[in-house]
Amino acid sequence: MIEAVGLTKRYGAKTAVYNLSFQVRPGAVTGFLGPNGSGKSTTMRMILGLDSPTEGRVTVGGVPYRELPNAPRRVGALLDAKAVHGGRSARQHLLCVAQLSGIPARRVDEVLGVVGLQEVAHRKSKGFSLGMGQRLGIAGALLGDPEVLLFDEPVNGLDPEGIHWVRNLMRTLASEGRTVFVSSHLMSEMALTADHLIVIGRGQLLADMSVKDFIAHNSAGYALVRTPDVAEQRERLTASLTEAGGQVQPEQDGALRVSGLELPRISDLAHEADVRLWELSPHQASLEEAYMRMTNGAVDYRSTQDQRFGLQQAAPPGWGPPIAPQPNPQPQPYTVPSQSEDAR
Amino acid sequence: MIYPVEVQQGPAAPVVPVEATNLTHALRSEWTKIRTVRSTMWTLGIMLGLVLGINLLMLWAISASGGMATYSEPVLSPGLYGLMLGQLAVITLGVLVITSEYGTGMIRTTFTACPQRTRVLTAKAIVFFGLSFGITTLACGVTALINWAVLSGRHAPSVDYYSGNGSVTISNGVTSAAPAEWLGATVGVGLYVALLGLLALAVGTLLRHSAGAITTMLGVVLLPLIVAIFMQAPGLVKVQEKLLEYSTPVALAALYRVQMIGDNNVNGLSQLAMLAVVTALALAGAYAVLARRDV
Repeated sequence: MIEAVGLTKRYGAKTAVYNLSFQVRPGAVTGFLGPNGSGKSTTMRMILGLDSPTEGRVTVGGVPYRELPNAPRRVGALLDAKAVHGGRSARQHLLCVAQLSGIPARRVDEVLGVVGLQEVAHRKSKGFSLGMGQRLGIAGALLGDPEVLLFDEPVNGLDPEGIHWVRNLMRTLASEGRTVFVSSHLMSEMALTADHLIVIGRGQLLADMSVKDFIAHNSAGYALVRTPDVAEQRERLTASLTEAGGQVQPEQDGALRVSGLELPRISDLAHEADVRLWELSPHQASLEEAYMRMTNGAVDYRSTQDQRFGLQQAAPPGWGPPIAPQPNPQPQPYTVPSQSEDAR
Repeated sequence: MIYPVEVQQGPAAPVVPVEATNLTHALRSEWTKIRTVRSTMWTLGIMLGLVLGINLLMLWAISASGGMATYSEPVLSPGLYGLMLGQLAVITLGVLVITSEYGTGMIRTTFTACPQRTRVLTAKAIVFFGLSFGITTLACGVTALINWAVLSGRHAPSVDYYSGNGSVTISNGVTSAAPAEWLGATVGVGLYVALLGLLALAVGTLLRHSAGAITTMLGVVLLPLIVAIFMQAPGLVKVQEKLLEYSTPVALAALYRVQMIGDNNVNGLSQLAMLAVVTALALAGAYAVLARRDV
């Protein structure tokens, strides 16, 4: 159980985390979501006692982390994959961490096997890929068989097999009754792993709810309606649906996206309007979409269009259309995804 | 989609009871750390090479210039010159013991595994001090034995000028070394250099950057002497004398009973005490900062 109360962290004038209160419960995977720079890692560091909060407090099992008598036996953490001295071998690295909490050397070999690094146990970690580094970090977190586990972006740099393995590992750890707290900036990843979500943006709490509630609260369902490819029929149906109080948006492929009306009602209206339907299907906006809508106002880093100044010759007059600078080059960072992405 | 898992009963209670960790655990860990990085081998190896090599070079220079018979410095003192360079290697190791962790990010892993940060620093200090003291004393012991073998037992009349303080000891008409000289040339200088390394560890903890900390330590070692040399104003004579007296090269020379300045009977104890005080203050600062600062 991790409990934060009024957690605030300021670095000079910049507030990284503001008045954050949440609980992470045992027996579930809790996803910690937020865009880059939203304060996820700062919060993780405060939980682990690496940074002290400016205000508020955070405890693990009711105790501030720095007062735990044997931290690795209670809490395991993967902060970042490269928090390792590259000159030591994987085994030596884990050994010196294990010795800090009186964990025997045999356990080191055991966790090296668990994360699949036994083959490279004696290689210097300097030569490890990002994925191998993540595995080494996860091995370090598992060393003390802790009841609370924190993973900061654990799937970064992992191959599909590794991602699958990490998901299963986290689910298994949670099913054993442990508290599993996983940060990510990828909603799609959390949708597959987490039971519960804590979403922050600009250091403030945006949501603290189960994945199911999150979807229900943040995404409206809609129906996809397809009529025979006759403009007249489509227009008739659109008029009828709009009259009944639905919002209708034409899709690029000729289908209609209808919200605000139940499916049977759409069917009835179509029947009354004498329009045949080729498709009538319910859709739920994806988690990704809900998350993006939620964090839209809280994104710190937006890209601008690359104008290649001084690298591209200005087109001579009369030679094709000029590359006009766009007034707002970056579209809304999170636009409504196309249909295929929604049908998850 | 959520991965299906079989739910098991209850939290996984640790089978082995959780015992509170203590300094012994941290010491074991730090010992593993210091012996598994190459910088330890490199710095201490270079120190050994410099101390022994330059000592042999000095002996060769003395004998080649025909000064063997008239060499009037203390018998064990040729070891001084190699150590003046060798100490820099020990300082480097002292800095790296902590800054390599900051540089690589390892420090976050360390302080997560042992949130009692001051304990980590204590363990680092003990392990590093023990190792550097042992190796430096060993190196200086070997040079002292070599110098003893070569320079003791020369007949006193052939040594032209000796007047007791800060020059060669004469015993039963031949050159010799008093027990206190032996102590100063082995344990004394070992202690001094290891303390200097400990100061480097404290400075490294405060600054967190290898290059910055090593540069600062070079300043500590070299600046007092250099400043003193250029300090010619008559009103500052007292300051100049103190700077010289407590500068690192002069302090090492004093431990070898080599008279560099003044006419007091030097033994290096005051310099050793001074360094111990400075190191203690720097360590106290390092502890205070380490406990409060964000990692």
